[in-house]
Amino acid sequence: MTAAAPRLGVLALAALVLVAALWDARLGLLAALWAVGWLANGLLARRGGRAAQAAIPMVFGVTLLALWEIGVRVYAVPSVILPAPSAIGARFAASLPMILSDLWQTLVKGALTGWLIGTALAVATAIAIDRVPFLQRGLLPIGNFVAALPIVGIAPILVMWFGFDWQSKAAVVVVMVFFPILVNMVAGLAATDAMQRDQMATWSAGYWESLAKLRLPAAMPFLFNGLKITTTLALIGAIVAEFFGSPTRGMGFRISTAVGQMDLALVWAEILMAALAGSALYGAVSAVESRVTFWHPSQRT
Amino acid sequence: MRVTGMSEPAVPTALVAASVTRRGWGWGKAGQSVLPVLTVLAAIVAAWYLAAVWMNASWVRDQAARAGETVTAAQVVRATMVQERPVLPAPHQVAAGLWDGVAGQKITSKRSLVWHGWITLSATLAGFALGSSAGILLAVGIVHSRVMDLSIMPWAVASQTVPILAIAPMVIVVLASVGVTGLLPKALIAAWLSFFPVLVGMVKGLRAPDPMQFDLMRSWNAGGGQVLRYLRLPSSLPWLFASLKVAIAAALVGTIVGELPAGATQGLGARLLSGSYYGQTIQIWSALFAAAILAAALVWLIGAIERVTLRRMGLAR
Repeated sequence: MTAAAPRLGVLALAALVLVAALWDARLGLLAALWAVGWLANGLLARRGGRAAQAAIPMVFGVTLLALWEIGVRVYAVPSVILPAPSAIGARFAASLPMILSDLWQTLVKGALTGWLIGTALAVATAIAIDRVPFLQRGLLPIGNFVAALPIVGIAPILVMWFGFDWQSKAAVVVVMVFFPILVNMVAGLAATDAMQRDQMATWSAGYWESLAKLRLPAAMPFLFNGLKITTTLALIGAIVAEFFGSPTRGMGFRISTAVGQMDLALVWAEILMAALAGSALYGAVSAVESRVTFWHPSQRT
Repeated sequence: MRVTGMSEPAVPTALVAASVTRRGWGWGKAGQSVLPVLTVLAAIVAAWYLAAVWMNASWVRDQAARAGETVTAAQVVRATMVQERPVLPAPHQVAAGLWDGVAGQKITSKRSLVWHGWITLSATLAGFALGSSAGILLAVGIVHSRVMDLSIMPWAVASQTVPILAIAPMVIVVLASVGVTGLLPKALIAAWLSFFPVLVGMVKGLRAPDPMQFDLMRSWNAGGGQVLRYLRLPSSLPWLFASLKVAIAAALVGTIVGELPAGATQGLGARLLSGSYYGQTIQIWSALFAAAILAAALVWLIGAIERVTLRRMGLAR
């Protein structure tokens, strides 16, 4: 890049702000806000360094939030269409006990239970079909196929079978996470190379010993890859299943009833909670992963 | 991309789903997996029949007990196959329901699965086109601008851990309240869901050429636009197709969930919902299979375009 490029960019931004301000003063305000955030990031990016790298996404996020807040205010957007972030935050704080009880119902009882059962089933199935190449060749294409299907559609059926409470949500989650983890786990069990297996054989390790000491540890990076993908799927499954019927608590229940009452601040508060929970779950899995697969190249820094 | 633990921790959905699909459906690798697949399918169908008998039997026995009759085991089995609202419809009932929905109705009928499928398909395709073009454009921006890269990518990656689908009903209802109904709200959800896999995959793909190739382009005095056109875009195509397959599956799921909010009467999602309200299990299963067939067809179509394109470019493996 030549030195003129950033200056051109600044000029273009200034022109944009000017045009927006001439069009409509409020739009000009928003454009100016955006330009300030963008220029700040441009400066940070040119300075470089670790702190700047961490600060840039923060500045971007704060800019977006500020745009949202101020945009909603200056254009007087009714809260039944888009509540301001401050209103969502206030609602989040005010209804925290209710949101937490929804989280408990949906995340812990529904999603986590189903996630653990589904993972256990998938790992057990992977180990079981590992000794039968015929079954592997038959199950893997079907597993890959099912992974692309809109599985969440079985929610109404499972709600019919298992009732409205968390059991049906857990069942939906089991089905949703089963195939991604199965496919990853089968690949993981095949990840050892012949030399390593020969080594185990020269130590006269039996099937189970070689499984426990070589192949399962070698499969862990694959298993964790599957686990990380399915954290989001588990939450989605549990929430969507609640749209088809649930007891009078749960995030999906709250979202659908609050939408019906046009209480959008509450909907956004629940979504905020779901986002926090999803990120926390993902972070937790990543933390365990770095403990378990500390030997893997991707974990060594 | 392969199913691998070596992938960086981010980019969850895109990675495996992409990895899964890039290997093809399995039967691409000649006929050696046809027999195993058929065997497993046969086992699944058999298990399904057994489950249908087992789950539907209690209703048959209740009916018989209420009528004061005794039924033999054979009668019970026969009765479980032909119920109108079985707990679990037998495979042939679902097949009949599917056939009736596809071929037995006029295409314009409200009971026709072709009609509902078309509603869903059109929203899916509109959203997919919107979301993946936005993803490609933004990816091009990101590989050329360090500021965009550092600002947007962390959020794009983090957004993959957020259950975005949960917002779908709200988007539908809110847009309906400002007078936007029909195809557009669903397409927006589908676009949103297909946007991120394409963005993340294309950023990877556009950065895929190795430094030697970039140096070569520079030694030919190629500008940014020329590097994009002659080097980055062509070498990103395998990544593009892999993420398009993920994106279209996600777009379909998004559309179907977008059809769930009460009041929707059109589309496969609405079919699922009304089936669950009225206990019409055969209708639910038929809609579900229609959705599955649609998903499979869409992914297959992209796979076919991928094979032709990559073969013509000499990139096929």
